[in-house]
Amino acid sequence: MRFTKDHEWVELEGEVAVIGITAYAAEQLGDVVFVETPEVGKAVKAGDNLAVVESVKAASDVYAPVAGEVVEANEALADAPETVNAAPEAAGWFAKLRLANPADLEALMDRPAYEAYLQTL
Amino acid sequence: MPDIPAETVLRTTPLTEAHLALGARMVPFAGYTMPVQYAGEQGGVLREHLWTREHAGAFDVSHMGQARLTGPDVLAAFEALTPGDFQGLEPGRQKYSLLLNRQGGIVDDLMAGRPDDEGLFLVVNGACKDNDFRVMGEALAGRAAIERLEDRALIALQGPKAAAVLARHAPQAAAMVFMDIRGIEAFGTEAIVSRSGYTGEDGYELSVPAEAAVHVWNTLMADERVRPVGLGARDSLRLEAGLPLYGHDLDETVSPVEAGLAFAVSKPRRRRADFPGAERILGEFAHGCARFRVGLKVLEGAPAREGAEVADEAGRPIGVVTSGGFSPSLRQGIALAFVPPLFTDPGTRLKVVVRGKPQAAEVAPLPFVPHRYVRTL
Repeated sequence: MRFTKDHEWVELEGEVAVIGITAYAAEQLGDVVFVETPEVGKAVKAGDNLAVVESVKAASDVYAPVAGEVVEANEALADAPETVNAAPEAAGWFAKLRLANPADLEALMDRPAYEAYLQTL
Repeated sequence: MPDIPAETVLRTTPLTEAHLALGARMVPFAGYTMPVQYAGEQGGVLREHLWTREHAGAFDVSHMGQARLTGPDVLAAFEALTPGDFQGLEPGRQKYSLLLNRQGGIVDDLMAGRPDDEGLFLVVNGACKDNDFRVMGEALAGRAAIERLEDRALIALQGPKAAAVLARHAPQAAAMVFMDIRGIEAFGTEAIVSRSGYTGEDGYELSVPAEAAVHVWNTLMADERVRPVGLGARDSLRLEAGLPLYGHDLDETVSPVEAGLAFAVSKPRRRRADFPGAERILGEFAHGCARFRVGLKVLEGAPAREGAEVADEAGRPIGVVTSGGFSPSLRQGIALAFVPPLFTDPGTRLKVVVRGKPQAAEVAPLPFVPHRYVRTL
């Protein structure tokens, strides 16, 4: 699993990257009550809006950590947005991307680097 | 001279340390550092909200402005700044009222009561208090004296268990009904207690000396029926109760009629037409107004938040959401919005535009969640 400074995670499953937000981000957001996932087929560049996650208080953007094309969105979040809090780095994933350039992942942090980054916040 | 930067040091309340000890997430609000939600399995906006609806929540609202108005002519002098009936206010009662500008716009909404025979006790919005007391000071000069009560904390205890909890620590509070206010002994200290609040639930607000606040708070925390509740749930609770929030749903351009607060314009004052902005406000009673505050239930998609456009079914823009979010009790998006009178009937189908997408919504009666005030014992 790789991580961004915006607290997204990416995990490669073959040629497809699964994307979600980290446990730290889910904790900071508080109770998630709504998730807007992207449409399948949408092409995104790194840093583009990929999804929106809403707590009772506020809406927050989730950015694409790397460029690619959306091949699947986690439709289960529509009825169970609380999954993002319960299992942020597993069942609470947002979307799967076919990567434009798999080597992009290497620019992201690994877990020790992300954990070290969290210590600086 | 160069501009002096705005005050960047946040003020604290007598309870700030207690919030930190409870793991509160603190945010800047009205110039204070305030708890938005608390930590742990019992914390978070959703759980704090639902706990208040089912049990009792304690809120630190010490950022709000408290003041005493005194003087032989104080009731008449204060009344002149509002559309309310304060000369007829009995000792032991308080009223919700509005500070109006000359154009009939709302400078602030407030509570004004008579806990005793010593004039009026006021509670105003934290973000408005400096301006409010300056405006009142100028208007009341020579007729009434304002004493700001900076050395008092304000704690709200709200929810169906609030009365039973408070009865143990302030027996006299049990004899009060909604909108009663009294100077009584509570938690072994002198307190100004009103049976009122900002959640739609039964409950009380307690003004206590700053040095007694931690004792009052910790005593409440020791009761298993009570949990601490932050500003996040305070906002979602008041939204479900259909209560407007100054600076969002109310401002200096909005009239009491537009805001759905016509009840705050008393019948005798309407007859006398002697309140600020009477010409406009009486005109709106007679001929209607261009916009009106309504409740909206969002029927699909994301919650609509402040600033979201409201459109008719054909997609024409007709208004704007002034506050909105997710209702923990109803488990759907709810909002307050201003729309033209043609679109105010409950059940009217409208659209709210969230991130460019029109979503179905409908006008809903306010409050969204029924009030449970105790009006008789």
